[in-house]
Amino acid sequence: MAENHAATPYGLAHHFDSLDQQREAGTLGMWVFLITEIMFFGGLFLTYILYRSKFPHEFVAGSHALDIRLGAFNTAVLIGSSLTMALAVYYSQVGSRRLLVTYLTLTMLLGLVFLGVKGIEYTEKFEHHHFPGADFQWEDPAQAPALEGNPGAGKVDGRHVEMFYWIYFAMTGLHALHMIIGAGLIAVLIVLAVRGRFTAEYHMPVEITGLYWHFVDIVWIFLFPLLYLIGRHE
Amino acid sequence: MIPKQPRTHYLNISYGFKSWLFTTDHKRIGLLYLVSITLFFFVGGAFATIIRLELATPQGDLVQAETYNKLFTMHGVMMIFFFLIPAVPAVLGNFLIPLMIGAKDVAFPRLNLLSWYIFNLGALFTIYAVVSGGVDTGWTFYTPYSTTYSNTHVLATGVGIFITGFSSILTGLNFIVTIHMMRAPGMNWFRLPLFVWAHYATSLIQVLGTPVIAITVLLLAFERVVRIGIFDPALGGDPVLFQHLFWFYSHPAVYIMVLPAMGVVSELVAAFTRKSIFGYDLVAFASIAIAVFGFLVWGHHLFVSGQSVYAGMIFSFLSYAVAIPSAVKVFNWTATLYKGSVSYQTPMLYAFGFIGLFTIGGLTGLFLAAMGLDIHLTDTYFVVAHFHYIMVGGTIMAYLGGLHYWWPKISGRMYPEGWAKLGALIVFVGFNLTFFPQFLLGYMGMPRRYHAYPEEFQVLNVMSSAGASILAVGYILPMVYLIWSMRYGPIASSNPWPATGLEWQTSSPPPTENFEEIPVVTWEAYEFAGQEKEVSAAG
Repeated sequence: MAENHAATPYGLAHHFDSLDQQREAGTLGMWVFLITEIMFFGGLFLTYILYRSKFPHEFVAGSHALDIRLGAFNTAVLIGSSLTMALAVYYSQVGSRRLLVTYLTLTMLLGLVFLGVKGIEYTEKFEHHHFPGADFQWEDPAQAPALEGNPGAGKVDGRHVEMFYWIYFAMTGLHALHMIIGAGLIAVLIVLAVRGRFTAEYHMPVEITGLYWHFVDIVWIFLFPLLYLIGRHE
Repeated sequence: MIPKQPRTHYLNISYGFKSWLFTTDHKRIGLLYLVSITLFFFVGGAFATIIRLELATPQGDLVQAETYNKLFTMHGVMMIFFFLIPAVPAVLGNFLIPLMIGAKDVAFPRLNLLSWYIFNLGALFTIYAVVSGGVDTGWTFYTPYSTTYSNTHVLATGVGIFITGFSSILTGLNFIVTIHMMRAPGMNWFRLPLFVWAHYATSLIQVLGTPVIAITVLLLAFERVVRIGIFDPALGGDPVLFQHLFWFYSHPAVYIMVLPAMGVVSELVAAFTRKSIFGYDLVAFASIAIAVFGFLVWGHHLFVSGQSVYAGMIFSFLSYAVAIPSAVKVFNWTATLYKGSVSYQTPMLYAFGFIGLFTIGGLTGLFLAAMGLDIHLTDTYFVVAHFHYIMVGGTIMAYLGGLHYWWPKISGRMYPEGWAKLGALIVFVGFNLTFFPQFLLGYMGMPRRYHAYPEEFQVLNVMSSAGASILAVGYILPMVYLIWSMRYGPIASSNPWPATGLEWQTSSPPPTENFEEIPVVTWEAYEFAGQEKEVSAAG
């Protein structure tokens, strides 16, 4: 490119011709990475489909013992964080440092709220001995009121409910790990943004972190109905 | 054009460990991988040596049955995850793709270096498992043996494979973005060398398949630690689910090994017949077709595991379908030879070796894809011979051929042609003597993974062990003379063969940023006609 002789644009790595090429490469790289993430979670979704069709009653029983209010609250929190992330990307494109920092911070806070609520839910599961392993207990009669209208009530095998909880913890745990990584990435972005490292021309890191964040949100959008809402219509 | 005065290139621009361990130059990273995988190849080879020594006699007189289980497991794990999968893409692909498309580097150079570190970290875990007592599940890690009953280091090995998977993913990701975004002006998709097409297809598999083995191994490792999990029959879990998930990656993984090898062979055949590859488009699309079909055939590993017969029929049919694009490639290479001006230099000898051995390996694969015959052949030496023909006869042949072909570009020196031809011959003879008897043994019913066998199988087993010794010589020889040639080999010109392709238009070895000036491509792939004039004009 002709500008190469004049001055290398700010943020341009040596092996790219232009910031446009660099941004497109970064974005494509993140999309490809997200495809690998879909396949990664895909193994768990497959497991879920398989065992839910094998043990439908146990999955409904296990699902009913989850706190739907906390789950719904967290869904709203995450959708909100996607909005603030989208706004952060927008303000990085127009080059507003103050609003970029504001919305990145909001996104991170919402992410932390989600993780906090998840922590409350996990603690509750531990206390009720719903964490799979030697301590796992499933008292069907005690849970009977929660199973109202559930055609499988009374013939639920606790071992298969344990399988539901194993999948619940595997899926939400892996999702939470992605949230923690995402919050860490945003923390780095906040520091860089405060130091003025992003300009209207160079803001690729914000954009691709945004893609990642939205992906993690979308995973939750699938997890919430699959884990919390099954059998609720009956 | 032999530069007489010392010239700055990627090898002599800086010296010292730091300049290598912190490099982001794709060429140096390719060489770092070369060092790592050569080491792991010889570790895996050492296990194979003991296996073949044990099998020289029918009795279990050298090692115990338990030790033998560990030997074939660690041979498989080392060779597959730490040699065959990275061999062509991480060494030759890393070195060549940016050169071939006219780029200064891959799209994400730091990620590229990171992937090498991840690779070695994973290898460290696996080597820890090896030296602290080994692992005995077979490289397939079938549950519930691997989750519940094995008393060996399944966890460390699993963690090692999990970690190494990410290096494979990052390499694939890097190649996809590089091929999409970094091509030189004029280098459109149908001017790309077929090596690049093959790596694009490989990268698709790496990106789509590897995450599945990652989550599978993660679930297996978890289940081993907390003694409860999704493969646990006590919870209603299904151990066969593990086999499905495992082969969903591990069958396409065979194509991760062999597709880049096919890419190498396409380059070799074009260069040493001085013709454009017959049916360029078909060969390019065949790579993609193999990548796509490769994902739909994993069930042929489960014909005897209680999988539904209808599923088996579909998997059988689809496995046959993979033969079509594979055969397209073989036929097109052969057709390229027709009326070509074939020269029988070492890389071409390896290419011939690949075509022959891959054909045998592929056709015997069809035997195994037939459900009825597979019941007889499952878990016999027929299977062992089949996949060694593909992985060793195919991938390693092409890898060695490619290493010789691009050695002048990599090192700036020519290898000794006489020794190299002898080496290629030894490898070919040794390979066939090692593995062809195993087809017969398998057909006669000798099961795999046993350290002792009935006496009537001894003659063929001794042949196999003798072949393995010859093969070992054939593998050590190139290592010796290639290292020798780095210092004493004749200086290579920028295009010694002479071949087409942008990698031959820059100097040998290339400068750090590959080209003095980014080339503008105005010609098709393998256009020898224009080059002939240039060469004859130059003298």
